[in-house]
Amino acid sequence: MNKATRNIIVIVVAFAILIVLLNTLYRVYETNQVIITQFGEPIGGAITKPGLHMKVPFIQKTNYFEKRWLEWDGDANQIPTKDKKYIWVDTYARWRISDPLVFFQRVRDERGAQSRLDDIIDGETRNAVANFDLIEIVRSSNRAFELTEEMAILDIAAAIPEIKTGREKIAQIILEKSSEITPEFGVELRDVKIKRINYVEEVQRKVFDRMISERKRIAAKYRSEGDGKSAEIRGQKERELKKIQSEAYRKAQEIKGKADAEATKIYANAYNLDPEFYSFMKTLETYVSSLDKETWLLLSTDAEFLKYLKSSKR
Amino acid sequence: MRDDFPSLDIKLPKIKPGVIKLIVVAVVVLILLAGSIYQISPEEIGVILRFGKFVRTTNPGLHIKFPLGVEKLIKVPVQRQLKKEFGFRTTRPGIRTEYRVTTESQREAVMLTGDLNVAMVEWIVQYKIKNPYNYLFKIRDADSTFRYMNEAVVRRVVGDNSVDEVITVGRARIANEAKEELQKLCDLYEIGIEVNQLIFQDVNPPDPVKPSFNEVNESLQEKERKINEAWSEYNQEIPKATGEAEQTIRGAEGYAMERINNSKGDANRFIAIYREYARAPLVTRKRLYLETINLILPKISKKIIFDEKQKNILPLLNLGEEVKK
Repeated sequence: MNKATRNIIVIVVAFAILIVLLNTLYRVYETNQVIITQFGEPIGGAITKPGLHMKVPFIQKTNYFEKRWLEWDGDANQIPTKDKKYIWVDTYARWRISDPLVFFQRVRDERGAQSRLDDIIDGETRNAVANFDLIEIVRSSNRAFELTEEMAILDIAAAIPEIKTGREKIAQIILEKSSEITPEFGVELRDVKIKRINYVEEVQRKVFDRMISERKRIAAKYRSEGDGKSAEIRGQKERELKKIQSEAYRKAQEIKGKADAEATKIYANAYNLDPEFYSFMKTLETYVSSLDKETWLLLSTDAEFLKYLKSSKR
Repeated sequence: MRDDFPSLDIKLPKIKPGVIKLIVVAVVVLILLAGSIYQISPEEIGVILRFGKFVRTTNPGLHIKFPLGVEKLIKVPVQRQLKKEFGFRTTRPGIRTEYRVTTESQREAVMLTGDLNVAMVEWIVQYKIKNPYNYLFKIRDADSTFRYMNEAVVRRVVGDNSVDEVITVGRARIANEAKEELQKLCDLYEIGIEVNQLIFQDVNPPDPVKPSFNEVNESLQEKERKINEAWSEYNQEIPKATGEAEQTIRGAEGYAMERINNSKGDANRFIAIYREYARAPLVTRKRLYLETINLILPKISKKIIFDEKQKNILPLLNLGEEVKK
């Protein structure tokens, strides 16, 4: 045996040992669990502890499964509610492989599990939704709406029926019913939640029409309120104006009347000293002010101031 | 294995065996070093798995690990503020951010309100990975699960509110409720995410209904306008009327003052004259009379004097002609 041949043998042996070693040791990740099968037959339970593990090389095979929570997302289903409203319901769920052995035996892989879950959850969703009125699926409590002006006009609060079950509990029902079946294929279901609810096209159109008519009602109310309020303000203005004007008139007349009375008193007091003399004076003043150059004066000679025209005797 | 190389040496006689050894050692050391030294940036945290098992987390800085696949590194950006958009997608962020609304994002936005109406709600959620271990190892597809959770939670909260609350008065409150509920759900799912903010963006009625919602706004404006106009008329006319009223009253007061003063003046004048008259009534009378006549007569241009016995003077006068002139 020369040196070269020995070296080749060493290399071959080293490779052989490496291959055996690699086939003996296997890794389990944090996210994995492993089932060991021997000629297709599962051996022992699931290995869930992460790290390096050993198995019989070549004879035993590793089968990796997810250990984490997985998601299931269903297709949207068109379902009639109890009150005959057609809606699209879209749900999601969280599940995990709780028993990898059973899982491996019954559904083989995740694809198989997903399709089983489709059947189960979709079916239970259908059952649950069909058993309740739409409002029960939409709402989850009987919380009173904050009353806005718009809503007061529409009186919506009175039109919304009380709910008894609600969205959360309906989802819970779907979960419970589905969970009864899933352990059969090694799956634990944790949550089922209603992701989306939408009206079916035709229903949606009707809903939109209703919404439009509601808004139109509100708009009409606002418009008439505007008219009403502005008429009220105008009325108030008219009233105020009349009040101001009439009060001013009254006051003015009172002031004038008082002054007139006062003046009358002053005149009377003075002229009462000699009423005859007053009328004499006043008459003379009247002559001065009323006779002008357009006036014809016809005087008889017996007028007092002409008596000297005829004679000078006393 | 290095011991095997000298056998190959035979075919490459020109290079000294020592040099080859050195190169091989250097390469191996380099490979090992490259596999063991790693850097964590300030916003990240490093998660180290040894043979798939979680062993430790490392903070930002330079670190070493076992090379050759013994220890594996996963970097998780724990400090980075992450964001998800619902109901729209930002296509080009920037100063003038562009948005795109796709059928899928539209589907995300449509939701039923508690009064069985429909609203379109767009929102964003900002979050951080709080617990890298949970985020990586407790849940697969944490990202898409987080999206589902968002949709379910926001719809649930919106489903308990009226369309008016969702669109107007309740926006902030609803977003806040949704945020808290989303955080609770994250904790329950052990998804390792901390929700920092959930903000409602555009919240609208569906497109076919929008015009009627606008109409309500317009009618509200119209109402305000009508009321304001009425008030402005009021405010224009009332002060003016008040002023005019004041004027009327002041005028009356002026009249009163004048009237009283005049009367006092007249009266005092009369009294003064009367006092003197009372001392010599006869002569004063005569004087006053004659003075008046003296005042009047010169003003009158047409004076006719006739004798008291001659009664028929009128026929002689052509009155009409004089008047014509």
